[in-house]
Amino acid sequence: MTAPSRSKRSRSVALGVVTFAAAVVLAACGPSFFEIPLETPLQPKLDVTPFQRVLVAGFVAGGTEALDTNQETVRLLRSQLRTKSSLKVIDADVMPLLEIVQAQAKASDGEFAQAPGPGDQSAQAALDRADVPGLPKAIKVEKDLEPYERIFANTAYWKKIGEEYQNPLIVTGTVLFTPQSRSGFVQREQEEFDSFGRRRVVPVRTYMERTGYILRPKFVFIDGRTGATLYSETYREEILYNAQQNTPALSSYFELMDRLVPNFLGNFSTQKIKGTRVLLR
Amino acid sequence: MNLRVVAALILAGLFGSAAPLIADARADARAQVEFGIDVAGRGLWHEAMYRWERAVELDPTYAAAYNDLAIAYEHEGQFAKARQAYEKALQLEPNNAQIRQNFDLFKEINDRAVQVKEKS
Repeated sequence: MTAPSRSKRSRSVALGVVTFAAAVVLAACGPSFFEIPLETPLQPKLDVTPFQRVLVAGFVAGGTEALDTNQETVRLLRSQLRTKSSLKVIDADVMPLLEIVQAQAKASDGEFAQAPGPGDQSAQAALDRADVPGLPKAIKVEKDLEPYERIFANTAYWKKIGEEYQNPLIVTGTVLFTPQSRSGFVQREQEEFDSFGRRRVVPVRTYMERTGYILRPKFVFIDGRTGATLYSETYREEILYNAQQNTPALSSYFELMDRLVPNFLGNFSTQKIKGTRVLLR
Repeated sequence: MNLRVVAALILAGLFGSAAPLIADARADARAQVEFGIDVAGRGLWHEAMYRWERAVELDPTYAAAYNDLAIAYEHEGQFAKARQAYEKALQLEPNNAQIRQNFDLFKEINDRAVQVKEKS
């Protein structure tokens, strides 16, 4: 009777010693990896040192008629640059680039003696008088933008604008903000409780009709001293909501622009990309 | 038979004398790596980078040291050096998921940095 119980005790003592030794070894070794937050610096895309001022001039804009995309884009970018760049932001009337291009086209056809400048009311007058062949009157789809893009190559025009505002960095481009709708199966997570009241989340595929917007801005950066394009960049963002959810166009616009603004600001100053990495022993 | 014994003894002698050297190099490198981790945690990335550079000098087969060094280079915006260090770490330990994950995250940012260079 005593022999088996002694052997049992000695076995459990041995097990205890082994467990203790393992714990001591593990404690001495510690974890083999450490997660660490990291801020990676991204250099500014543009050398803005030659400029003290920036003019967000205006955009060839279109898509939905629910909002004035040109006005909203200029206003948003100016306010962001005011707080997040070292450049002085010029307050000027927003240039109606769409009308300006049309007026320039008419002028080159000989209808007008001179192409209008910024804030020139004759641009609208030109529009009212006649359509311009080859230029869609309103921008509805991406293809409609193409004939308007020639204005960015018009160095004489931008040089003139630059002279007017003391040679700033000029920001212009195109913005297309179009509604979209899509229907199909969507996978979403659904909360469920079993008979014991335990919560679990299961993926469920449901058919949904969704509506939303697509935002396609192209930012063109022009040297106000020469009128030449320094470079341009294009983005595309989209958002979809449940069809029953009535989201105003303006809030969708800001939601989408919010995603782009850090990249846009990355043109002017060093951006820090936050993330985590794993350090190893 | 005698020859085999002699050869075995020579080999045993060689390994016997080399093993402590390798172990010493790894131990020294590990000390540097640990110190680097400690100071990086306190935001002293230059010091950490120096320590990890020492670690890979001491033990050029130490994948973890290359991984940590790559992270320090990333922090300093030295993307070319970071890429080299990650690649070396993965060459030494191709199946290390943590190094692979760090490298993938790095590449996402590096691609953007390359775009920046190409545009400017």
